Amino acid sequence: MSHPVNDPHLLTLSVNDAEHEVVVEPRRTLADVLRHDLRLTGTHVGCEHGVCGACTVLIDGAPARACLVFAVQAEGADVRTVESLARDGELSDLQQAFGDHHALQCGFCTPGFLMLAEGVLAEQPDASREDIREALSANLCRCTGYQTIVDAVHATACSRRGTNA
Amino acid sequence: MTTTDLPDHSVPHEAADPDRPVHGGHEHSPDEPRFDGRRGRWVGASVPRREDPRLLTGRGRFVDDIALPGMLHAGFVRATVAHAHLTALDLSATRAVPGVVAAFDAADLALGDIVAILDRPAEEFTPTAMPVLARSKVRFVGEPLALVVASDPYAVEDGIEAAQVSYDVLDAVTSAEGALAAGAAVVHEEAPDNVLLDVSMFDTPGVDEAFADADVTVEVTTRSGRQNALPLETRGAVAAWDARDDQLLVQTCTQVPHQVRTVLARSLGIPERTVRVTVPDMGGGFGQKCVVGREEIAVAAAARRLDRPVKWIEDRREALTAGFLAREQTYRTRAAFDADGHITALDVDVVCDMGAYSCYPFTAGIEPLMASAEMPSVYRVPAYRVRGRAITSTKAPTAPYRGVSRPQYVMAIERVMERAARALDLDPVEVRRRNVITEFPYTGINGVTYDPGTYRESLDLAEATIREEGWYEARERGRQDGGRHLGIGFCCFSERTGYGSEAFAKRKMTVVPGFDISEIRMDTTGSVVVTSGTMNHGQSHETTFAQIVADRLGLDPEHVKLRQGDTERISYGWGTFASRSVTIGGSAVALASERLGELLCRIAAHLLETRPENVALDGDGGVVQLDDPSRRLPFADIADVAHLRAHLLPKDVDPTLTATASFDVPGDGTFSNATHAVVVEADPGTGQVRILRYVCVEDCGVVVHPQVVEGQCRGGIAQGIAGALFEEVTYDAQGEPSAASFIDYLVPTATEIPDVSIAHLETPCAFTANGAKGAGEGGTIGAPAAVLNAVNDALRHTGVELDTTPIHPGTVLDALEGTS
Amino acid sequence: MKPAAFTYHRAHDVADAVGLLTDLAAAGEDPKIIAGGQSLMPMMTFRLARPSALVDLGPLRRVPAMTAIREEAGALTLGALVTHHAVETATLPAGFAVLARAMRWVGHLPIRSRGTVAGSLVHGDATAEWCLLALLLDAVVVAEGPGGRREIPADELFHGFYATAVEPDEVVVEVRFTRPAPHAALTEFARRHGDFAIVDAAVALDLDGDRVTGGRVVLGGVAPAPVRVPEAEAVLAAGGDAGDDALVAAVADAAATAIDPPDDPQTTATYRRRLTRTLVADACRQAAREPQR
Repeated sequence: MSHPVNDPHLLTLSVNDAEHEVVVEPRRTLADVLRHDLRLTGTHVGCEHGVCGACTVLIDGAPARACLVFAVQAEGADVRTVESLARDGELSDLQQAFGDHHALQCGFCTPGFLMLAEGVLAEQPDASREDIREALSANLCRCTGYQTIVDAVHATACSRRGTNA
Repeated sequence: MTTTDLPDHSVPHEAADPDRPVHGGHEHSPDEPRFDGRRGRWVGASVPRREDPRLLTGRGRFVDDIALPGMLHAGFVRATVAHAHLTALDLSATRAVPGVVAAFDAADLALGDIVAILDRPAEEFTPTAMPVLARSKVRFVGEPLALVVASDPYAVEDGIEAAQVSYDVLDAVTSAEGALAAGAAVVHEEAPDNVLLDVSMFDTPGVDEAFADADVTVEVTTRSGRQNALPLETRGAVAAWDARDDQLLVQTCTQVPHQVRTVLARSLGIPERTVRVTVPDMGGGFGQKCVVGREEIAVAAAARRLDRPVKWIEDRREALTAGFLAREQTYRTRAAFDADGHITALDVDVVCDMGAYSCYPFTAGIEPLMASAEMPSVYRVPAYRVRGRAITSTKAPTAPYRGVSRPQYVMAIERVMERAARALDLDPVEVRRRNVITEFPYTGINGVTYDPGTYRESLDLAEATIREEGWYEARERGRQDGGRHLGIGFCCFSERTGYGSEAFAKRKMTVVPGFDISEIRMDTTGSVVVTSGTMNHGQSHETTFAQIVADRLGLDPEHVKLRQGDTERISYGWGTFASRSVTIGGSAVALASERLGELLCRIAAHLLETRPENVALDGDGGVVQLDDPSRRLPFADIADVAHLRAHLLPKDVDPTLTATASFDVPGDGTFSNATHAVVVEADPGTGQVRILRYVCVEDCGVVVHPQVVEGQCRGGIAQGIAGALFEEVTYDAQGEPSAASFIDYLVPTATEIPDVSIAHLETPCAFTANGAKGAGEGGTIGAPAAVLNAVNDALRHTGVELDTTPIHPGTVLDALEGTS
Repeated sequence: MKPAAFTYHRAHDVADAVGLLTDLAAAGEDPKIIAGGQSLMPMMTFRLARPSALVDLGPLRRVPAMTAIREEAGALTLGALVTHHAVETATLPAGFAVLARAMRWVGHLPIRSRGTVAGSLVHGDATAEWCLLALLLDAVVVAEGPGGRREIPADELFHGFYATAVEPDEVVVEVRFTRPAPHAALTEFARRHGDFAIVDAAVALDLDGDRVTGGRVVLGGVAPAPVRVPEAEAVLAAGGDAGDDALVAAVADAAATAIDPPDDPQTTATYRRRLTRTLVADACRQAAREPQR
């Protein structure tokens, strides 16, 4: 069998408002580059084929599977990861709601759910509990049974729009 | 997703509210700490989780987050056929792949096998060995044949692809029936009949007589599909040889770090002292990580050989096909009943398809032995006969998965109760009521003594809840109107959660888990570090154990740090499985804390120049003099003396503040219990089963952290529903697994799993230090039977009875269309 | 699970993309286009697809026509890089509103946010919603190759199992839906929300008031490629009352009878047939209710 050249590319990636230069093979996924080249290990990898959603990040504001994007494709885009949510050591309202509702147990899926929820709430601020449930069905959690995740995101949606959950 | 958007008007309105409480159960207010003796101030409160801040901000550290200088990456060449003699394994092309540093086969690494043994006679148990890398024979698709080490994981894959393997293919063995058939291919030469365990644990007097005298005899064959416990974090390890410490450091996601250390040392043939196993944050386990895998041993051997750190992270395809699977069991159950609906005898034949190998330390016997020992469940069974067999097949091996046989035997006996109810024309809850154990302690026909629980009460409360919410009327309306097929199902069960050494020894394991230990230390500032041999992987030990310590010492949990998952810090522990952590580990922590408290009081009395009886912990981080509460010493002052001015200590007190304790559950252990009630609707257009209502009434003794217990219930129920309706790994005739991706292995999502209402009954355990019983597995145990019973209720008018999980919508549609 | 190595090439306009495909092929490479990559990447990760070169259309998002959704002369044209989610959130004319409504069935939001209409059509999955919609609304795929542009009508697009008429050296430029269908619906069944459908059905009704005068019935998951079902369309053409359950049942029966679906142990042909009956009936009823006001 042949071994194609690894064709390294010098990229500038914009992640969490910082510019990073990396040299990577084009086959390297954005998830791997975030985790292993930039050492932003909050983004997790659970399936590498776009189903579990543990690697969900925001690309130009929209939730995306970082395992279904080659890092070379993300040049020029604004990438946001779970590391961007807390500010000055303070948890964001969504992170706080996850804690309050016990929406995480082992915590492995949590960064993906947080980033998915941020993307969903940004686009659908008026989302109902059932809208949220349907949107969150994009990601897998093996610990919680989902109920408390839905609760946490719904509570955040309600507080952001100034209504009661 | 249902395609027939059925109108919701016939669903009772109040049921639309998922937060609707279940009446009568104990409702915890998470904001109100309670002060009642055993619980103290912190136990019983849903305090913020100590684990959360790091996990919410992406600062947790999981195995794959670890990067060591000079680290290499590893992957496995795996068998592509199910059963074969390995005729050639050529790694020369692999070694030539750019980036590949080394490739090892079994002969290269020369590692000892993993062997798990039961102390049983040859006619009952056949020991088999699991090689770390296959040597001459391949026994399942995915079996590791060689290890490839490269500079990055991409090059590893290139190297794996370049390996040349040839096989002399043998017939696959893909079912229990096939394994037991005459002329079946032999998986292990040691077991020519493909049976690894065959134990007839009970054949009490009166079984045949009871069947002869029975008014009603029920026979049912229940089956459960092969499932994957599916922690979202796959297995993995980072191994590194440290020449300075003369020690191998293996960082791996395991529920049982000490057992990994033991097997590693033996397999590598090195003293156990030279192996340190640590466990970082862990993305779930559910039992799959409570056995010792082959891969972490191979990786450790490679790291030692190459003198470089080596990381292996299982990918999802491996996790689905080559990891440890679970649950594939068949029960042929006969039960005799008298005319009043009392069960008079139970006769069961259990066959468990354990796959290609026995797991360490539990062996392939764990599932049939568990089922045989506990099959009578929550019912008074006067005569009992059981035969349990573990067969071997050419499928991925199995590990104990959350519930371990209990989802299966509970499903079998709960189907018996439902069928008896139909035969006797009784309500199925009423049949259970007539048989359920109500007097405690109760010693069953199986010789097991059950400590007090709320079997009957949980059943009554679950039924009353469903009734009061109007679901029985809704079901009848649906039937009368035609077109809507609602069903109501129950499952009443108990679960032994404190397996001590004595209980495990009865299984005749040669490696007997049971006790656990704890060491507690207070530093000079009055902060506490406590260790446990249990291993959190989502259960919130850092929080709940801190609550236990805080109550025993009377200090804020913020001042307590739990350390676990480090074989250097804990002399020997048994990890986390079998819902043992709070019952056993939590008890050890409580006892160690009490001893530290006594030590603090002794020193304080000396410093206060009073009698030891005249001081006590003040509940606020200090020791107070009882006859003069103005005289008080904060812990920090006592600790200061204990460490930095030891000359002030009493003469018979050693410097520093440490205490240790071990705990083991005596006798048969403690039983949690629950009743699940579920309402389903079967869609006549698609056969899809939709869950309309789920109620869980549970009793796990003293609840340490209500949110955590409820989280365990809900998560367990979700996995049970997954087994009932969605997840299965099937194999074709050649032994190729059907599910190699999440496209084929149907893990349910937020739209498939319903909200669950939970009520707590609380029967404190008399012999755990905190009164707690285990809470980890119950949800998973109850859900499959409850859902299956509900689906059968929805199909009642068709005359069809389904006894196999997962329930495929096509099967439901067959029943509804009368073509099954 | 890591993709095999490939070389990476960015295309800056359509001609550039065609040139790259041509040149790479001439150099003995096996180039493939990547746009959203939501179907291609999983296949590459499993090494079921292993192109030796990828030509990335990502930079073409800056070319307005490539992401434009525009109506002209009674047809709706989608640029090749229009995402599922862009269609889902677009305000479309009534004749094409079914496109937006159908998008809820396409995977999940993160997939819909990156996956493209053209990519889905070229991938040619027999259950893909866009493939059914192409047959339902007489789509025309406009592809540019070394010899210039050509138009491929939907009924010539699908060549069977994951195979389409778009050549390896062609770049899809836009997709034009030419047959407005204000009374149309797509529905599907999967065991888990967001999964590939076991069977999906799309129906467009031609209505004269409440009277059915004809229509389209398209199915996915019952053959190697999405199919129209002439037998069911004949029932619609014979006419009837849009609210008539008997008519709906007749269309559904005709569809379920006409097909010869695949049979496997988990999902039998019988079950697919029954799903077809259910889904076609549901789609007929939903189509009759559109456009909702």
